[in-house]
Order: sequence, then C-alpha cells, then structure tokens
Amino acid sequence: MSESLKKQNLELSKLNEDYESKYGFHDPVDYFHKGAKGINHEVVEMISKMKKEPKWMAEIRHEALEVFYKKEMPKWGNDHILNEIDFDDIYYFMKPIDAQKDNWDDVPEYIKKTFDKLGIPEAEKKFLGGVSAQYESEVVYHSMQEDLVKKGIIFLDMDSALREYPEIVREHFGSVIPMTDNKFAALNTAVWSGGSFIYVPKGVDVGIPLQAYFRINAENMGQFERTLIIADEGAKLHYIEGCTAPVYSTNSLHTAVVELKAMDDAYIRYTTIQNWSRNIYNLVTKRASAYKNSTIEWVDGNLGSRLTMKYPCVQLLGECAKGEILSVAFAGVDQHQDAGAKMIHAAPNTSSRITSKSISKDNGRATYRGMVKIHKNATGAKVSVECDALLIGEDARSDTYPTMEIDNDQVRVEHEARVSKVAEEQLFYLTSRGLTEDEARLLIVNGFMEPFTKELPLEYAVELNRLIELDMEGSIG
Amino acid sequence: MSDKKPILEFKDIHVEVEGKEVVKGVSMTINPGEIHAIMGKNGSGKSSLSNALMGHPSYTITKGEAYLKGESILDMEADERSRAGLFLAFQYPLAIPGVTVANFMRAALKSHRGADADMSDFRKLFKAAMTDLSVDQSFATRYINDGFSGGEKKRIEVLQMSMLNPAMALLDETDSGVDIDAIKIVSEGINRYQSENNGVLMVTHYQRLLNYVKPDKVHVMMDGKFVLTGGPELALKLEESGYEWLNEEKTGV
Repeated sequence: MSESLKKQNLELSKLNEDYESKYGFHDPVDYFHKGAKGINHEVVEMISKMKKEPKWMAEIRHEALEVFYKKEMPKWGNDHILNEIDFDDIYYFMKPIDAQKDNWDDVPEYIKKTFDKLGIPEAEKKFLGGVSAQYESEVVYHSMQEDLVKKGIIFLDMDSALREYPEIVREHFGSVIPMTDNKFAALNTAVWSGGSFIYVPKGVDVGIPLQAYFRINAENMGQFERTLIIADEGAKLHYIEGCTAPVYSTNSLHTAVVELKAMDDAYIRYTTIQNWSRNIYNLVTKRASAYKNSTIEWVDGNLGSRLTMKYPCVQLLGECAKGEILSVAFAGVDQHQDAGAKMIHAAPNTSSRITSKSISKDNGRATYRGMVKIHKNATGAKVSVECDALLIGEDARSDTYPTMEIDNDQVRVEHEARVSKVAEEQLFYLTSRGLTEDEARLLIVNGFMEPFTKELPLEYAVELNRLIELDMEGSIG
Repeated sequence: MSDKKPILEFKDIHVEVEGKEVVKGVSMTINPGEIHAIMGKNGSGKSSLSNALMGHPSYTITKGEAYLKGESILDMEADERSRAGLFLAFQYPLAIPGVTVANFMRAALKSHRGADADMSDFRKLFKAAMTDLSVDQSFATRYINDGFSGGEKKRIEVLQMSMLNPAMALLDETDSGVDIDAIKIVSEGINRYQSENNGVLMVTHYQRLLNYVKPDKVHVMMDGKFVLTGGPELALKLEESGYEWLNEEKTGV
C-alpha cells in the first residue's frame, strides 16, 4: 500500500461539518468599487468602462443582456430553488482593490489572510506552476513560474488577457458557448469579470498544474468569472479550480462560463473541487471542443452550494477525439446537486466515457442529468456511461435522467446505472472486524468515491477525504 | 498453564429473525484449545446462531446468556464483540467496492490495537499472512471481495482471522463454494491459528472440512436445537447416513 493511500485512509473522511469555522469567515472590506444592486444596461456599461475594454466587448455585453432578459429560466433542474433567485438583490460587480498584484507581499493583509487560511500560497510553493486568486469580481493575485513564461505559455486573468491579447480573445470568446446557449450563459457574457485565460503553444507540455481559486466574500454577491483555455496542437495542460465562500443567511450567485479548446493532438484536464458554502446558487456552463486526436477530461467534484446545475460538455469535433467526464456529487442537508455530463460525437471514431458518482445524505438530493448525442457522421463512435448513486438515510434522494440520441448504427454504447444504500450487511461485515459503525460507514463512502479521489493530486484527495469525514460525522444511516 | 475459564460459553440461546424463532434454546461450552463443530442441514439455525453471537442486528437474541472469556457479550455491539476477541468468518463475505484489502485489514487491525497504536509492523504481518494462505500479493490492492471467487473470499476470511488472532473464531460454512485445493489451504490456516489458548467453532453442512480440522466435539443441529452431541465419529456417521436417521431417532419412529 502506498504512503498516499495510507495518508488518505488516516485522514478518513466527514464532509464540511467545520465549513463555518474553516471557510465560512468573511472579511469586513472597504471596496475600491461596489456598485448598486441589480442588473441593467447602466451596470453593464459601468463594468465595461471600469475595465477600459474595447468597444466590441461592450457591444457583446449589451447584446447578451438583452438575451438574458428574453431567455426563460430553465424549467428543469430545480425550478423551485431557481425561482428563489432575486436578480435585483445581487451585486454584479465588486472590485476589492485598485490593481492586481503579482507579488504576494503587495496583496492587502485581509485578502492575504483569507488565501493563507485557504492554503493557497502553500499549494503554490509545493506543486503548482501558476496561481490565480480571484476575490469577488477580480483576480487580486496572479503569478506563474518563470520557466513556464519562457516556454511561451500564457496564463492570465481574463481582464488582462483582453487588454494584452485582444485578438486571440476576440477570436475564441463565445466560440464554444454562445451567449444564446442559456439564460445564465447570457448573464455571464453580459457582466463577466475575472476568470482565467490560458494559451499553451504548439507541442508544449505544461507539466505541473495551473490553479485558480475563487473566493466570494460579500453577501448577495454575484461572481461571474469567464475562463477560456486553448491548448494548441500537441500541447498538454492540467488546470485546477477551487472555490469557497462565507456562510451567510442570504444567498449569493456564482455563474461562470468556461470554454476549452483542444486543438489536434492536444490534451486538457480540467479539475474542479466545488466547495461553495450552502448559500450559493452555482449555475455554471462548461464546454469543450476537442479536435482531431485530442483529449479532454473534466474531473468535476461538487460538494458545496445550495443548488448546483452544471453539466460539463465535450464536443468531439475531430476524428479520434476523446472525451472523459468523471464527476462526483455530495448532497447533504438542504442541498441539491443537479450535475451531469454531455458528450456530442460529431466525428468518426470518437470515444467518450462518463462516470458519475453521487452520494445523498439526510434530505440531500443528487441528480444525474446526462446527454449523449451521436451524429450521423460519427461512425465507429464508442460511448460508455456509468452512474452510481449511494443513499445514506431514509430521506436521501437520487434521480437519474440519461438521454441518448443516436443517429448512426455503427457505434458502441454502454450504459449502466446503479443506486445502492449503505447496506446493513456491509456495515455488519465491517463492524464485525472491530470498526465502529461511523468508521465503517465512512470507509464505505470513501470506497465509493475512490475512483474519483484517485484522479486528484494527492493534496486534493486528502482534503476531499477530510471534508467527507466531517460531513459524515454523526450521520444517521 | 492455559486459562481454565471457558473461551466461549452460551446457555439456552433463543434467536429470532423477522419475528420468527429460528434458534430455540441451545447451550455450549468451549474450553481453551477446543475445536467444536455444529453440523446440520440448511435452515437448521446454525448460521443464525453464529450471526446472532457476532451481533448481527437482524438476529435478535430473545433469551439466554453468552460469555466470552467469562464476560457477558449480549449487551455489546458487533464491533465491541470483535475487539473483545470474537471473530466470525462469513459464509457470504460482502464486497466493499473501492476499499482495498490492505486498507480494510489495516483499519480492522488498528481498531483492535487502538487509535494511537504503532502500525509499523503491519506491512510485514500482512505479507506473511498472504504468503501463508497462498494469496497473491496483488490482492492487497484489490477491492475487498469485489469479484473474488468463492475460494478467494474464504481464504481472505481466514487471512483476517489469522491477523486479528481472536480468542474465539466462529467459522460459518468456510468450506462451502470452495474447491478441494482451497479447502486444504483454508484448513491449514485454521490449524496454524488454533492453539491451547483459543477456541474454534465450525459451522458446516458437510464433513469434508472436518477431515482436515479435527473437532473435539460435534453438535448436530435440527430445527433450532442441538439434537445430538458426540465426538468426531459423529461427523463420519452423518456423512455416510445423512441426517434422516436423526429425524427418526428424534421423533421415535
């Protein structure tokens, strides 16, 4: 047994019972800029002006706002919770400091403390190639290792990228997710701020992960980061994002748009550990375009939020492109994780694999919502979908909505779905070996999550197990 | 000198499953160094008895007493009984996906030794136990009982027993679903574990395990009761004549 497994097992798991003390704090902040609540064309104009953007971007924003007004709320997912959102009661733009820092010492003390508590500088030193830390609407700290800069890798916050590389941004912005895609993608396009921009040149392997951390601090805040990642031909990249927020009595909104492009033979892995506090609506659109022989992997962990609606997508556009989506959702008290995956096969010999694992506990609800589409030209496509749900307690709920549209008969499709309860027999087996019932339940849950945790960098796997341990503490089986 | 107190003693045990009485007043005393066997047909109540003694929540002991090394165990949960020195090798060991044999074994051993115990010898002990039971080292990282054959499952049960080294081992149908080679390996494991200081109770339908692990006493169970107790020769007679003659003897026909 490896040291890492031992460590994971020692730190065996209980999810988020200490969220309030660990992540739930907030800083009293004098914001450099804090607009009024509510959304309209003036707010959009103000954001654009403050950022000194090119005119074309301002036009895109205004157009997107009109789309947002016209689009209806999704009628699926959880419209009961969705309709709780009061768009007039949200701050759409908050600028904590006047300018971004690339030296940790220049970051204001209160923000430094926040990210220190969250372990960001430590992770940067240990195993990251670059870090971006977003606080409310803007990235406040950003750095990247010197040798990565020399290789020609661009890793910037989106606002800086728009200033420094307007042509690349203009070419790709909205090319994977158009503003008309859905109401929340339109909203993001209208008021986006922050997020990451990455360009990896042809044939370059970044080697070590790049990470962005997103922190919401204020009450009734809306965070709308916009991320665009391009891996040019043969390039390789692993990007990690993490997020937390304070615990407030009223809710905040997180609506991101993430677009990935893997050109021929490129590889992108995008890992998310979503651990928002349970007063965040997390409504995110994530989609990737995979060209010839390229690979896209979404590794998507959803632990926090009140409601998450997120369905990472891979459009397999080039021959032999591969897509993989591995997602885990943990739904505890009053949480609904409506997560899933979309695979669009639009070229021959493309292959995809979806593995979805969910755990529902107490009155938590986990939904798998998936879509696999195989176009007529996708001869030789291979698809495998596996959904596994684990229920803990009598009130926990799990639903599976798999959709498949297959327009070519020379394809191979496998689908498997399972729902299981932590069975009395399994518990008895483990307790008969000396483990307490809590230890036994935890071991079962950790085992269930194992296919996911083993894909994470060790530091994250350990943290994830620790979070699960906290959430499992004293649970009723 | 071994301890003279019985390792396991139970008196007039009654067990109910889903409101139905399946064990109807049985008693037994197992002294240190003794091997006992309970034989009986399917449905005679022998597996229910071993599950109930281990503390399975679905098997309720409605009446009777049970002592492990003189200490009453009936108020204990299954994990407490385990840590007190009782072990049950399952007839149908459960799969726990994602939990490796090594992690499982480590967690079990640690629960016996205590949270702060030194576990630095674990690797060595575990490797030795695997070698003893002809278990391939690759099993360490396989998920417990997930996709194991019948023989592999039973060998892993005996491996757990040898590592936890309990005072009292209950072996529930450890010979079922197992080929003859595996029976030999499993029997060797039981014999290696067995000593003057512990007790073994084998529950079995067939005599074949008893060819390799010699019992001191054989108890025949029918309809929730022990109808006959004798020496190893009783097992042979059951093998030859089946259980039917007992029916006749019991009912006096």
